[in-house]
Order: sequence, then structure tokens, then C-alpha cells
Amino acid sequence: MSSNKLFTLLVPVISVVMGLLAGAIIMLVSGFNPIEGYTALWNGAFGDSYTVGETIRRSTPYILTGLSIAFAFRTGLFNIGAEGQVIVGWLAAVWVGVAIDAPMYIHLPLAVIAAGIAGGLWAFIPGILKAKLGVHEVIVTIMMNYIALFTTNEIIRKVLTSGQTTTESISPSASLASEWMQSMTFYSRVHYGIFIALFAAVIMWFIIQRTTVGYELKSVGFNQHASNYAGMNVSKNIVLSMVIAGAFSGLAGAMEGLGTYGNISVMASFSNLGFDGIAVALLGANTALGVVFAAFLFGALKEGAGEMPTGAGIPTELVDIIIALIIFFVASSYMIRWVILRFKKEGK
Amino acid sequence: MIDILQSVIPTALFYSAPLIFTALGGVFSERSGVVNIGLEGLMVMGAFVGIVFNLTFSDVFGAWTPWVSIIVAMVVSAIFSIIHAVASVTFHASQVVSGVAINMLALGVGVYLTKQWYGKGQTDMVDQPFYTTNFPFLSDIPVLGPIFFQGIYITSYLAIFVAFIAWFVLYRTPFGLRLRAVGEHPMAADTNGINVSRMRYIAVILSGALGGLGGSVFALTIASNFSHSTIVGQGFMALAAVIFGKWHPLGAMGAALFFGFAQSLSVVGSSIPILQGVPQIFLLIAPYVLTILALAGFIGRADAPRANGVPYIKGNR
Repeated sequence: MSSNKLFTLLVPVISVVMGLLAGAIIMLVSGFNPIEGYTALWNGAFGDSYTVGETIRRSTPYILTGLSIAFAFRTGLFNIGAEGQVIVGWLAAVWVGVAIDAPMYIHLPLAVIAAGIAGGLWAFIPGILKAKLGVHEVIVTIMMNYIALFTTNEIIRKVLTSGQTTTESISPSASLASEWMQSMTFYSRVHYGIFIALFAAVIMWFIIQRTTVGYELKSVGFNQHASNYAGMNVSKNIVLSMVIAGAFSGLAGAMEGLGTYGNISVMASFSNLGFDGIAVALLGANTALGVVFAAFLFGALKEGAGEMPTGAGIPTELVDIIIALIIFFVASSYMIRWVILRFKKEGK
Repeated sequence: MIDILQSVIPTALFYSAPLIFTALGGVFSERSGVVNIGLEGLMVMGAFVGIVFNLTFSDVFGAWTPWVSIIVAMVVSAIFSIIHAVASVTFHASQVVSGVAINMLALGVGVYLTKQWYGKGQTDMVDQPFYTTNFPFLSDIPVLGPIFFQGIYITSYLAIFVAFIAWFVLYRTPFGLRLRAVGEHPMAADTNGINVSRMRYIAVILSGALGGLGGSVFALTIASNFSHSTIVGQGFMALAAVIFGKWHPLGAMGAALFFGFAQSLSVVGSSIPILQGVPQIFLLIAPYVLTILALAGFIGRADAPRANGVPYIKGNR
């Protein structure tokens, strides 16, 4: 058993190292200095208190989308729809933030909850289709992403504004912005959302590890037939898992809507928060703690990438390549396991 | 009425062509049992290679440049898709995850190299895109001529032609039978002496080639340059066409034509009296809603190949 635990820890670490090495090779091949490149990356992510604040800000939604995908994964579901759930959550949060007038202790929780509910509802559709009709959730969630994108754009243009591409800012009583955190980090955009995200991670851990609900969800993920035979309601668990996963993603939208931007704009394409969340969940081995670490890693990589063009002349997309490669390496963990086993045998 | 058809049908064919090519790629891959969410990435790669080749070699090949470009894009995307094959066939990785990684990687590589080679986030417009043509003789046919054969891209008809070839290959050749067998019941196929891994590799590489073709045709007819926002969702729409077409080449072609039609309506719809009352949004989301309805069984049942998405591990039952 302990060797299994070692594997689950080694695979992500090796994958990240290999991804960074591959990034260095790409920099070398395209005529850049990898040491300069990675120094710029480091400075961009942790160089001063401002960048640290921005790194935390960027990691916040990643934690939530990562949790969303990891949670669904535990029930054997692949929630590619995090992207769409983020968008509807973002829209709902901003909508409540703009349209309602209330004191902060009502307004802010209301906006956050609205985002969670919107995300949950958006995930309910693929959940119920999977549970009742056996429709594969991957395709439905992908389609739901596009429906969310186009519909949200339409609502922004037609309902929330009259033909504008950006809504007005949310009222301060719905904002997650935090003066003391900002002043600590030289006025970065870091906001209270990070505590919501970390709290969500604790909730996921608690549900999965400490409740009967979580036990059933995991059980359905391992073997639907056995769970059914043991008297669990498989359909209910599938829908529940999708809805909770969707709520996490919806909250990620709230982080952007109430924290980082304070409004929502018409989007030409996806924010990629949901797709990057897949990488986060995968690297975090679908555990709450793992997701938090992975989210900070990817948050730092993405934030640091912003410094690479000015610091070393390297296009920011290098980081996207590195992240894609890390996903490949984790997904192909079969290969890593095989190599490790080989070395072990030879060691003996 | 004829005026309307004359504006809608060429546009529909124009938008469908890339979707048809890419959807056919999806059909090959999924019929062999490998889910290909990476179609989007393969299109991105095809668009990138097609544009860069076109920009670089337009002096050399002159008017033939777009044709050479799409062939080169096909080859490069086919090679690129081997990554997906290695991960999902040899290393038994989750095919969906690997497909997502393909999408990220293609976009990352494309934009990275664009920035390095051109010093900016998007390339220049190409000098030698595809142009519309009037078909000789056919365009003179009254009524039908102006609708189907005037101001049309040859690539649109090429796409339809390739769809029939794909149908022939899949349903009328031993190779196609083997490919489908591998996707339905790999163990039975293996027992009959079919090399499952090899068939799946070939299928994924074919999907790479067709995806690259689709992407480059999109780039050289519709976009004319490459940036991070050249291909946004066309690959996923092609995937939708695969499913809406029930994993059948001609079905996928029909679905792609229909989606192209929906797109063309959202583009030229404002000039059509009946559609003026319909908000554009419904036309935009129509392909996606229809796909969900098709999957849910409201529009006939759509059943995936049985072993779709399941890695084949020898000896496992």
C-alpha cells in the first residue's frame, strides 16, 4: 500500500519536472536561454509582493475548477463542462451584484450563492441525462459550454446592457475586494475569494472522506453495479456529483466576477479556467489537498509567464506548452510506473 | 426565394467544408475506439501549418500554393496526432485527457511559433487563399446553376467527395471492417488476428490528417491568417457532427452540412424576411442543442461504438 501512495506522489512530481525540462529544451532549440527564461518566470510569479498577490489571485479560480473536476472524477464522471459552469456562475454573480441593493452581509453571500446555484443547475442537465438516459457526460458538457458562452454573451448585450460589451461594475457591497490584502501586496487584485476557495477544498475533503454521501459517491465511481446491488441509488449519486461539481465551478466564476474584474464582458472564446482545471485536477490526483497545490503551481506558471516576454523575450505560450506536456505525462503515468518498476527490479 | 437560396447555400457549403473534413477524421478515430476530443487541436495545427506554409512559399508555388499548403498541413497534423495515439493506445492514458492536452499543446505551439517567427500574435493575411469559382457548364444550368455552382469553393465539393470515399473505405473494404471491429469489440478482433494497436494508430493518424485538412481549409477560405482565435470551437462542432451523424461518414457529412447551414443562416439570416424575427442566438446554439437532443434519443438513438474510449489491454477481460 505504501508503495502505491509513493507512486501517486511520484507521478505528478516527475511529470512536472519532465514538463519543465521539456520547456527548457524548447527554449534552447528556439534560441533562448532557459536559465534566463525560468528566472523571468520565477520573478513574474514571486518576484515581489505585488506578483505574489497576483499569483494568489490567479490560483483562486483554478482551485475551484480543479475541485469541480476532481469531485466529479471521484464518482467516475468527467466534467469537461467546468468552462460553461464558470461562465454561468460568473454571469449570475455579476447579475446579482449589479441588480440588487442590500447590505454587504446579505448581498455578498447572495451573489456567491447565486453563482454556485447557477453552476450547479448548468451541471444538472448533463447529470440527469447521464443518470436517466445514459448519455455520455463528456459530449453533453462540451455542448453545454458553447451554449453557455453564446447565451451569456447574448444576455450581456441584450439584458444586462443595451448593446454594450461590458456590464457596469458590481456594487461595492457585493465585492470580494479586500483593502488590507491589496495594501499588503502593493495593490494587486488579490481578494477574499482565496479563503472561499480554500474553504471549498476543506468541504470537498470533508464530503468525500467523512460523510456517507461521499462514501456513496466514491462507491458509484468505483463500481456502479456493485453500488446498485448494495442498495445505493446510482442515478441520484450521479446527479448529485455533477451538481456539486458544477457548484464549485460556478464559485470559480464568482471569483472572477466579484473579485478580479467586478463585471463581465462579452467573450470571444473561453476563459480556459475550466480546461486548465482538468490539468489541475489530474496533477492533484483528484484529492482536495493535491488540487490546492496543483492550482498554486499552475497559477504561478501562468502568472510568471507574463514576465517572460519582457524578461527574456520568450512568448508566454511556452507555459501553455509546458502545461499541456505535464498533462500528457500525468495521463501517461502508466509509462512512469513502468519505468519506476523497472528500476526497482534492477535495484534488487 | 431563389435569391435567398443563392445567398444561403454557397455560404452553407463554405462553412461546412472544414467541418466535414474534420468530422470524417473524428469518425475514423472513434469508429476504431479512440475518443478524439483533440479534433480542435488538430484543426489548430492544420490552420497554423497551412497559413505559415502559404505565407512562406507563395512565391514558389504561385496559384498552386493553397493546394500544396493543405497537403502539407495534412501531413504535419497527421504526425502531430501520433502523440494522441501514443498516449491513448500505447500508454493507456485517458483518451479524453489526452485529447484535452492535444488541444492545449496545438494552440500553445501554434501561437508560440507565430510569435517567434513573426514577432506578433497573429500572422499577416495570406496572398494565396482559395478563391471562389464558377464551375464551367454546370453554372449555366438554369436555377440550379446559380445556387450550387456559382461562387463556390472547390474545397466544399472536395469535402463531400471525401465523405463518400470515407464511407466506401469504412463499409466496403476489409480495412474498414477491421477498423470498425476494433472499435466494437477489440478482444474479438484481436482473437481474429487483427492488430488492435496498429488499427487504432492508423485511425488516429487518419483523423489527424483529416483534422489538419479541415483546419487548413478553414484557414485558407474563411480566416486568411492565424492567431489564437482562428479556430474557436470548430473542432468541437465537428465532434458534434460526428455524434449527430451517429458515427457514420455520410451522417457526419449531413450533420456538418446542417451545422454549416445553421452558421450561414446566422451570418446572412438578417437579409431573409422569415428569419428576421428569429434572434441570432438561436441559430448560434442550434448545433449544440441539437446534438444534446440527438444524444438524449429525442432525434433517433445515437449509440457510440461499443469500445469507444476504452483502452485495449491485452489479456484483460
